[in-house]
Amino acid sequence: MNTPLIEFKDVTKRFGSRTILDHVNLQIYEGQVTTIIGLSGAGKSVLLKHIIGLIRPDEGTILFRGKPLSEMTRSEMASSFAQMSYMFQDNALFDSMDIYENVALPLRETTNLSKDEIDHRVMERIKQTELGDAIYKYPSELSGGMQKRAALARALVTDPQIILFDEPTSGQDPVRKNAILSMIAQHQRKFGFTAILVSHEIPDVYFISSRILALYGRSIVFQGTPEELEDFDHPFKDEVIRSLERLQEELTGLHSKRQFKVMYHSQMHRRTLKETYVVAVFTLVGLDKIIASLGHDAAQEAIRCMGLYIDKHFGAIGGFSTRNNTNEFVTVLPYSDQPEAADILMDFIKDFREHGIREIWTEASKQAISMECVEFTILAGLAEGQPISEIDSVIESAKNQQIEIGQFRCAAEE
Amino acid sequence: MTDTPDSQNPSKGEDKLQFGLLLTRPFAVIGAAVITWVNHLGASAIFLILAMLKIFRHKQLSKTVQQLYYIGARSTPIILLIGLFTGMVLGLQSYHALVKFGAQGALGTLVALSLVREMGPVLTAIMITARAGSAITAEIGSQRITEQIDALDTMRIDSLRYLIAPRVTACVISIPLLTALFDLIGIIGGYISGVLLLGANAGTYYYRVQDSVDMKDVTDGFIKAVVFAVIVSTVCCYQGYFAHMRTDSHGAKAVGLSTTSAVVVSCVLILVADYVVTSLLI
Repeated sequence: MNTPLIEFKDVTKRFGSRTILDHVNLQIYEGQVTTIIGLSGAGKSVLLKHIIGLIRPDEGTILFRGKPLSEMTRSEMASSFAQMSYMFQDNALFDSMDIYENVALPLRETTNLSKDEIDHRVMERIKQTELGDAIYKYPSELSGGMQKRAALARALVTDPQIILFDEPTSGQDPVRKNAILSMIAQHQRKFGFTAILVSHEIPDVYFISSRILALYGRSIVFQGTPEELEDFDHPFKDEVIRSLERLQEELTGLHSKRQFKVMYHSQMHRRTLKETYVVAVFTLVGLDKIIASLGHDAAQEAIRCMGLYIDKHFGAIGGFSTRNNTNEFVTVLPYSDQPEAADILMDFIKDFREHGIREIWTEASKQAISMECVEFTILAGLAEGQPISEIDSVIESAKNQQIEIGQFRCAAEE
Repeated sequence: MTDTPDSQNPSKGEDKLQFGLLLTRPFAVIGAAVITWVNHLGASAIFLILAMLKIFRHKQLSKTVQQLYYIGARSTPIILLIGLFTGMVLGLQSYHALVKFGAQGALGTLVALSLVREMGPVLTAIMITARAGSAITAEIGSQRITEQIDALDTMRIDSLRYLIAPRVTACVISIPLLTALFDLIGIIGGYISGVLLLGANAGTYYYRVQDSVDMKDVTDGFIKAVVFAVIVSTVCCYQGYFAHMRTDSHGAKAVGLSTTSAVVVSCVLILVADYVVTSLLI
């Protein structure tokens, strides 16, 4: 792998007699979304503040693009930190300034841009973070969610290469949490910055993270992809992941991925080799278009409704479902074979076309920031598996066989 | 090996130790307090120097004007009010004292010199500490505990330049001007009580004011006002900026205590500095 963008080597930090970080070693790579997970008070925010230079380690070295910060000249350090932006857990918005001034502040104070250019950039970020109505309001006049978005707009306005997010979704409702994570993921894809998140939101953060770092017992005990974390055998998993991971996903009310896998394995354990099951994969295509036209909240509401609709239909006949990806649902029909599942799916499609897709639109449009024309498609695919089959390969097979089961264009259903 | 008397009687040895501690303890407490004070003094001096180095940086004018408006312009009514009544009380008390010696003609001299040399600079600085200094500490302290100052640092905005330098500049400009205003309105106050209410001679009053106040008195008053401005701005900004470092409290309580400390320390230092500067200038 390339030289890490940020690397910690045996970093130790103490506050008085309390050791917060003890010989922490970690690597963060450029262009990725890296999430640091751990329990409250584990030292995640302290770790993040080391990266941006607000706190210095008592022992150990922090390297930026391979060079120790302690060996950098003042100008080198300034130019390293200039590439970073930080979104505070409590937002740290200036309460005596309105939202426009808050977002404009870093541009006004650190650049020589013209007033018009600053105005253009600020308005662009305000629009992207759906704060158009709150532009001249003070932070105290805004809801927690709007304050988070204002802090996000301020973090993004200087077009930084690295953004550090300290608990960006804390205190938000499930739709808003996913909307903020989706916003971070979308901006990360669009602008290509390196995102470093501190979060409790398991499993929601898995959908947007390239790498996960697990902070446990004052040091990093895991570094790897969310998939690798599934196979990680460590007390951290029992004590932290399972306590943070809800049995039901907050957004959709479906089973968490872990519980889905537990249910799958317990079902398959009881089956004979000849018995089959069917996996259905549903995908909402055009989520980005919904975000662009109606906003992040509306998009997450659409996802939530789709999950509920799938659960309502397939849960009644013994199926169990989970959200596999931001816009993808997986349902297992444990007692069905392919022809039977195809019939069930046909019933679902009929019902979905008559009612489901309109319900999704109705609920999503309630959260919309505008009533622009929008187009989205729902795909579904089936695949049959046997108890010995790997669930992931059956899911892949179902995805390959997806067909369009419904399309929504503006207010006219097809 | 011979036993000492103490080793033969341990409780007697402990008693001696306790007695020794009792004797040294007051010195230790005073020493620790002095060391803390000296540390704070040194830290505040460095803080002031670092802030002053940033006064003439780019984009400072609008922030300084804003602070001038808040610290200077908006303090004018209260300074006028306090100046007027200080002058009136001074006129009243002095008149009755001077009448006993048949020296009521010296009323103008007494009022003007008292105000220009001492009362004007001291009372103006104390009033600014109470009105603007406490607000400066509370505002900066609140920004500190809500991580707004950390946010400035993460945005590469130098917090000393952005928050402290404009306030120091505004204090140094506005306190001498407000002192001049205080002196003027105080002399008018003395005229109201001494001449208009008690019947002293108006011409004598004005003549004595004009005759007794020379340029040195005005310059000395001005120097004092500048010194007090530096003290007030440094102490108030320093207390707010380091509100999170307090060991006796945290959060909002730390801001409250910092504000109290700022006012008390500023007032004490103003009076101490007044003596020192007076003895140097006299």
